[in-house]
Amino acid sequence: MPSSGLFLNELALLFRRRRTWAMLLALGAVPVLIAVAVRLTSGPPSGRGPAFLDQIAGNGLFTAVTGLFVCIPLFLPLTVSVVAGDTIAGEAGAGTLRYLLTSPVSRAKLLAVKYAVAAVFCLSATLMIALSGIGIGAALFSVGPVTLLSGSTISAAAGVGRVGLIALYIALSLLGLAALGLFISTLTDAPVGAMAAVAVLAIVAQILGQLPQLDWLHPWLFTNHWLDFADLLRDPISWSSYGQNALLQGGYLLVFGTLAYGRFASKGIVS
Amino acid sequence: MNATATAKLAIQTTGLGKKFGKRQAVSNLDLAVPHGSVFGFLGPNGSGKTTTIRMLLGLVTPDSGNISLLNKPMPKSAASVLPRVGALIEGPAFYPFLSGRANLVRLDAADRTSTSSTRSNRVEEALEKVGLGKASKLAVHAYSLGMKQRLGIANALLRERELLVLDEPTNGLDPQGTREVRNLVASLATEGTTVFVSSHLLSEIEQMCSHVAVMSLGNLVAQGTLEELRSTGQHRAMLRTPDPNVAIEVFARLGLETKPEPTHEGDCPQLRVVLGSDAQVPERIVEELVRAGVRVRGFVVKDPSLEERFVALTGEGFDLAQ
Repeated sequence: MPSSGLFLNELALLFRRRRTWAMLLALGAVPVLIAVAVRLTSGPPSGRGPAFLDQIAGNGLFTAVTGLFVCIPLFLPLTVSVVAGDTIAGEAGAGTLRYLLTSPVSRAKLLAVKYAVAAVFCLSATLMIALSGIGIGAALFSVGPVTLLSGSTISAAAGVGRVGLIALYIALSLLGLAALGLFISTLTDAPVGAMAAVAVLAIVAQILGQLPQLDWLHPWLFTNHWLDFADLLRDPISWSSYGQNALLQGGYLLVFGTLAYGRFASKGIVS
Repeated sequence: MNATATAKLAIQTTGLGKKFGKRQAVSNLDLAVPHGSVFGFLGPNGSGKTTTIRMLLGLVTPDSGNISLLNKPMPKSAASVLPRVGALIEGPAFYPFLSGRANLVRLDAADRTSTSSTRSNRVEEALEKVGLGKASKLAVHAYSLGMKQRLGIANALLRERELLVLDEPTNGLDPQGTREVRNLVASLATEGTTVFVSSHLLSEIEQMCSHVAVMSLGNLVAQGTLEELRSTGQHRAMLRTPDPNVAIEVFARLGLETKPEPTHEGDCPQLRVVLGSDAQVPERIVEELVRAGVRVRGFVVKDPSLEERFVALTGEGFDLAQ
């Protein structure tokens, strides 16, 4: 963990940006939209729409789960792309990189701090959706004991705990993408280009994941376990997908963290 | 150079070179910046000044040669040397949505060796020194170019520094600001700080610096004290006379080169004479002129100016060097 004032300062900087709050509020609005739509059209479950949607009217906690599920393919990767793509390229584009490095900060430390801040954003984003979902779900629907996918029932408090676990799982799922973003961010001085490239890669990985012809590739895609959080809604919890996902994301962090360092350590700062 | 002289150098480079693609930005540069000097780093746009500064501060890795900053090798010792060096590099750059003060706090916090307990005091002091005390809470996007430049200088002054590297410090400043920077540099120099200033403004350098180096096309073409550089220049004289043709003959006989100076119609014609570095005694020249019947209405001897020396070293014209 990179200690020191730099990390706290960078973290404060992240949450002082209007952009960060705009993204977090947009993410937080997703469960609200879902809940309002379900409330206004409440009728018998149709069986269509995103997973868990039909359970919202029965238990408000499922608003959070549905919200997270809906945000995984596009909204979450998009916001993470913005933050991760901006890490180094944003500083370079603004010219502040030369002053940070001569203040001085070692390049390895700057990368570590920037990545840690991006990781905090991943967690903030998923927690935002979870909290907003729990809040609006409790406001518009009843919250009670949760019936899990395995058929058993747990208390509402334990249900909230499960939602927290899912938020953590998804934040973990995004760490590989954030590492990829950090690397791409060291390649350019144009932050917008880096952000777009990261977002495109997130979409491409998901498309590749849909093609059965590429079965051999799927275990290596950082998106492979993105939707596997349903295992956390069983009793007892099946931790295997958590473990596999952590291993995969860790691998991405190792590879792209190393590449980012290799690139950044020797890069001439001419911006 | 012997050991004691080397120890007194704040910046020393040997054989420093950097290529960007096919363009040789800096080649075989041997800089020697004495400790305690105010060192002017001159050169036309594109002559390699900023690349050199980026190499000195470890932002760009040289292709060849060595750098010693405060007697430590760069970029190897960046972590221990750079806290003792304040820098303004190619203009100020700050986060526009943060206040001037928050920007400085951020940069100071980035330096692991800075003391956090004195941070806010040091930031206030630096802001006061550059006259930004009242604007410190304003977001930087509301700053004028001159205010940003001042904030950049404040950043260089966040701690006690042994060396200041200021790239074009008076860029965008109004005349008062320019004067303040000059005074600031002078007062820092009297406290013993070495100041390395790059500029293409000769008058600035002439007023501030004790030592000068001149770059052209990535090469160092002159280096030394201001006096040394000036004295290698040529003395000139201006002659005002209604008999320019006769005067030219006299000068030719004395082996002196002349050039007619453009004058307004009706004004008395003027001639510019190059006296050479071993200036002939002026009264001898005037005596010859008068003897030949030239009506001398004015004769002024001018000391060599840095500007002429600069143009002689780096070439004339507006074309960018590379």
